[in-house]
Amino acid sequence: MIQEETKKATYTIPIGPIHPALKEPVQLMLEIEGEKVVNTDVRVGQVHRSIEWLGMNRNNPVQSLYVAERICGICNICHPFCLAIAVEQAANITVPDRAEYIRVIASEMERIHSHLLWAGVAAHEIGFDTVFYLTWRVREEIMDLIEYLFGNRVTKAVLQFGGVRRDITAEQLPRIRKSLDYYKSVFEHLRRVFLEDKTVRMRTRNVGVLSTEDALKLLSVGPSGRASGVPKDVRQDQPYSAYADLNVKAITPDIITGTVVGDVYDRIIVRLLEVKQAVGIIEECIERMPEGPIMSEPKMPRLLKLLTDAAGEGVGRVEAPRGEDIHYVRLEAGQSTLATWKVRAPTYVNLVAVPTILRGMQIADVPITFASLDPCMSCTNRVLITDRTTGRESVLGYEELHRLSVEKTRGLQR
Amino acid sequence: MNLLGENIWLNGVIIIFGSAILVFIGGAFGMLYRGIDRKLVAHMQGRIGPPIVQPFRDVRKLLMKENIIPDGAISWLFNAAPFLALISTGSILLFVPLFGQPALLGGYGDLILVLYLLIIPSLAFVVGGFASSSPYATVGAQREMIVMMSYEAPLAVVALGIAWRISQIPGAADPFLMSTIAQYPIWNLLGPVGVIGAVLMLFTLIVVTVGEAAKVPFDVAEAETEIAGGLLVEYSGRNLSLFYLSDLIKAFAMSSLVVALFIPYNLSPVLGITAAVAAGIVDGLFFLVKVFVVMFISISFIRTGMARFKISQASTVYVLAMTVVALVGMLLIWADFVIRV
Repeated sequence: MIQEETKKATYTIPIGPIHPALKEPVQLMLEIEGEKVVNTDVRVGQVHRSIEWLGMNRNNPVQSLYVAERICGICNICHPFCLAIAVEQAANITVPDRAEYIRVIASEMERIHSHLLWAGVAAHEIGFDTVFYLTWRVREEIMDLIEYLFGNRVTKAVLQFGGVRRDITAEQLPRIRKSLDYYKSVFEHLRRVFLEDKTVRMRTRNVGVLSTEDALKLLSVGPSGRASGVPKDVRQDQPYSAYADLNVKAITPDIITGTVVGDVYDRIIVRLLEVKQAVGIIEECIERMPEGPIMSEPKMPRLLKLLTDAAGEGVGRVEAPRGEDIHYVRLEAGQSTLATWKVRAPTYVNLVAVPTILRGMQIADVPITFASLDPCMSCTNRVLITDRTTGRESVLGYEELHRLSVEKTRGLQR
Repeated sequence: MNLLGENIWLNGVIIIFGSAILVFIGGAFGMLYRGIDRKLVAHMQGRIGPPIVQPFRDVRKLLMKENIIPDGAISWLFNAAPFLALISTGSILLFVPLFGQPALLGGYGDLILVLYLLIIPSLAFVVGGFASSSPYATVGAQREMIVMMSYEAPLAVVALGIAWRISQIPGAADPFLMSTIAQYPIWNLLGPVGVIGAVLMLFTLIVVTVGEAAKVPFDVAEAETEIAGGLLVEYSGRNLSLFYLSDLIKAFAMSSLVVALFIPYNLSPVLGITAAVAAGIVDGLFFLVKVFVVMFISISFIRTGMARFKISQASTVYVLAMTVVALVGMLLIWADFVIRV
């Protein structure tokens, strides 16, 4: 390669793998000119845990469901939900209506929790610690509610193939309504803090801009894509589970501001509005939830037998708090575990946009800009190349990866 | 003003011991105020916060810790910078009136010297940052220099404004001397228009104090979430504790300067206390209250209510906004003088 002549000397600053701005290990190699970011290289792979391999090597798929819950602590509903949809499709299991509603309630609670957590982190990234504490205090309420309903503050462990493991009883409804009312009352306060505060605006407006064209080109999903004006939402485009009854609309920032900029500020708007939307969805679910069983097959041995006998493929698509989550599952008759399990978490797609949104930003903008995608590293790391003899880890370039893929495909065709 | 007649040896002894005691007192009160500040901020944020003695414990702990020098660092410079920072901040205390008493070396240096002395600790931070060879520290050092250069202009305008008004008093001594400034409190010299100008100047000085103390929104040089502590990222143990102490003392000295320039009043004449010891105690306590008020507004309160600026924004705030505010204040004081004479 010919070294291009540069006018100003650039230097490289590594952000990560361990850095106060990052909540999970990832490495951003920033090429800096003065205070300006010229180029970025994202290096993932620091939290590779062979999770798909683990999931395929449990004793049975039900155990894999709990592995799926632990792909990422925050997305502890969307991953098992996605896996459950895929397995149910592969094994032809029908889920009772009531269970579908409880699944939706759980996943909207997860969304409220995730977005509030993100908002706190974002405030911390711009050095506004007071708002960080405020937001996380507001977040306590949903965690208490989750504990009340599912027995744990974060990880819910409520899903099961063919239904859910815990019912929501009539006595529990007033407590749920109390929490929802709390969020409705506090929403206006949060909106003022995040959208009207001058310093927050100074730090987030026109920062990390992802234009609508770029968002379409780079296939951004979830709030990051919607903030750039791409009304893409699995709950709207291909409603799954009880969302089919609910008429969810994708939220774009022009609802409040009238225009789409695609910056960090817009991402805050989208996430805040989605908290409000989630509260509405839970309320509607409580109203419309039909009576009935919550599991299609309550007896565990029969469920396991059914899953062992089943053969087929399934794909689950779920709108996770960070965007579209996809699980692919293949079941083989007579095999008690998942034959194939492939996870594609939303961050995997959104990371592609990082060099674009960081270009031209100042170093000070990097933490908030990167965090504005709500990146989830543990969801993303899937492949790590390690040379066993030397113990060295390496990164595959495009050409080598292409060559290996072609070889693999040829091998399969034979 | 000579302290004790013409005996140069006695003067020397007093100056050396006095400086040591002042640095000690400055450090102790600096730590106390930092503890109170952290507690108050914690309460404003809905937290319990650390105990007020936490800064004392932090310093003790740091002094016990290993002092690590990175491989790529210029070690003599890396080690010298913390001492330079502490000594220069300590020397500011010698020229600023403390506890309602005249400055210890007030006769040897004036406001202009204090303004120059305020630059040296920042320079020491910058030197230490560059010497530590970390890219984060390098970015932090660059930012510290920019912030430092940015707040010099408004600071100088404030100092000039006050000194100019005092220089117009017939028979006033050198207007830059701290004793002269204490003799003619600025508010007593001004009419309504001038008071507005002085308020603007006080506001400017408080905003400059935030930058001098390197607190949110002007803590760009340390910016934990961006450059992982910036200047101080490689410092540990004894060196870090020296920087920590010099930071505390600088905040104390800067607040004392605000008090000296704008609130040089004493309580003892008001209460009619004439006994020297009693008056000294009353004035000393009143001084601590005044410094607390300045620190609460400029450090605790502002950092609770704001996000961190970017370096460009921080620089703009000082170079443009604050300089203009200070200049308007100065113009109003001038206009006030012209109207009333």
